[in-house]
Amino acid sequence: MIRERYINAVILALMVIIPIAALWMDEPFTITLATKAVILALAAVGLNLALGQGGLVSFGHAAYFGVGGYAMGILASHAQNYTPLMEVPFLIEGTNQMPVIWLVAVVASALLALVIGALSLRTSGVYFIMVTLAFGQMLYYFAISWPAYGGEDGLSIYVRNEFPGLNTLVPIQFFGLCFAVLCVVLFMVHRLNQSPFGLALMGAHQNEERARTVGINVTRLRLVAFVISGAITGLAGALFADLNRFVSPVMFDWHTSGQIMIFIILGGVARLCGPLAGASLYIILEHYLGGLSEYWQIYLGLILLFVVLFAKGGIVGGLARKEVRHG
Amino acid sequence: MADPVLAVHNISKSFGALKASDNVTLDLMPGEVHALIGPNGAGKSTLIKQIAGGLTPDEGRVELLGRDVTGLSTAARAQAGLSRTFQISALAMGYTPLENVMLGAVGQSGGVFRFFRPVMKDKMLLERAWQALKRVGLEENAHAMTSELSHGQRRQLEVAVALTLKPKAFIMDEPMAGMGAEGSKRLTDFLHTLKEEAPILLVEHDMDAVFALADRISVLVYGKIIATGSVDDIRNHPEVRTAYLGEEDAA
Repeated sequence: MIRERYINAVILALMVIIPIAALWMDEPFTITLATKAVILALAAVGLNLALGQGGLVSFGHAAYFGVGGYAMGILASHAQNYTPLMEVPFLIEGTNQMPVIWLVAVVASALLALVIGALSLRTSGVYFIMVTLAFGQMLYYFAISWPAYGGEDGLSIYVRNEFPGLNTLVPIQFFGLCFAVLCVVLFMVHRLNQSPFGLALMGAHQNEERARTVGINVTRLRLVAFVISGAITGLAGALFADLNRFVSPVMFDWHTSGQIMIFIILGGVARLCGPLAGASLYIILEHYLGGLSEYWQIYLGLILLFVVLFAKGGIVGGLARKEVRHG
Repeated sequence: MADPVLAVHNISKSFGALKASDNVTLDLMPGEVHALIGPNGAGKSTLIKQIAGGLTPDEGRVELLGRDVTGLSTAARAQAGLSRTFQISALAMGYTPLENVMLGAVGQSGGVFRFFRPVMKDKMLLERAWQALKRVGLEENAHAMTSELSHGQRRQLEVAVALTLKPKAFIMDEPMAGMGAEGSKRLTDFLHTLKEEAPILLVEHDMDAVFALADRISVLVYGKIIATGSVDDIRNHPEVRTAYLGEEDAA
């Protein structure tokens, strides 16, 4: 069997080679698709930490994706209209600087995950799924009914936000930036998997009672994982909004939560690069099958069914076979 | 007389009309094996849960080294020095035995919230983990998959994980269950040396093991301790003979 690390290397290489080839062949749309795949993969890397390593089936990760998106939308809209975000008690202005936006997106989604996690981790199993779903939908309806930032119509940002030293409006540069962010996050998640925290998190997933009896506060452990997970997905949300230069309540919708989950299942639950493979496959299917038929999701459904029934480890799991564990 | 390591004071627990624990008092002295026996449904598991965590008694309290731990969670009691093994092996089946004992070492060290340094390269934790594996004789299986271990090996691993906690007291729920004569004998010998490190509260059905190991025995029937004493006391206790050992054993 192929070692997972080689599979990961191939996945990452493909994700870079395709847009570079597209640049060479002058196909900017392909670069944009690749960027979309990278950003959605990042969102799924976030969820994978909770769902894969932690065993916490969150059906409401759209909440963090949306909060990240709106962090970008709100800050950038104030910047483009030259209106301050608030004046009392102190002045906060909008910004079009990505590093600032990312920081706000990460902090806001982490805080939200802290609140939602603290409440929903009191439940488990199906109830956990339902509670997280309910929180996500709550935010969705809130975004629809809040008129200040476009309500149902969403919010357009006319110029992509800036990153020092880059021209983010050039597709390949924005791709490179997103890919770099993904790589940094992947490296951190990889280290986290190998760390004492990762050992405990996955151990508690396999046997909660065991983890408690060796003195691990499982609830707190999971809450921390949930917060990190939400923060990563929130960062992806900010990038996604910048890719489209548009935010709307759809980012909060449960379809989005389901989609992120599908990337993980397709690619391989709890596998480091599973979300990358899953999101890429999804984008490819969406593009090519979507070109053939309006009802392409029927075929997606069939593929998903096949993976769930016959190839539980997803793409990466099917190729690597080895159980996920510490090396 | 020395102070008890673990003391259970007047614990009662009811489920509706059923009194699962009825004013139970028992203690565990340094260096002893205290066996808890009783027929099925006597409330042994309920009592163990109240001592090790997971179930709060209606009345009474549990003290570890003089400290009241009744209100603490399972995890906090483990941190305080109570180490428990399960009747049905509770192990991380997707991990190797080495990873299982590492989990114990990590939990006990309290260093769960460390996110960046690889745990499998932590020399101090590794040393403790290997030591525990060696003591139960599992070092050759350290890198196998736990789900592929035999039943007896899982029982040994269960004890190894308990060892990594460097506990003040062990609570062992039928460690010999389903082990076979030879494995049972080996574990009995091992527990005999282990009690010097930390006393053991032993729940066990294997009477040979109980009589060979125990310094004291308490008999639990319908949630009540009907007798506590030495092996000979219990063997000859008339109430115990009728309630539990049965006449054929007394012959």
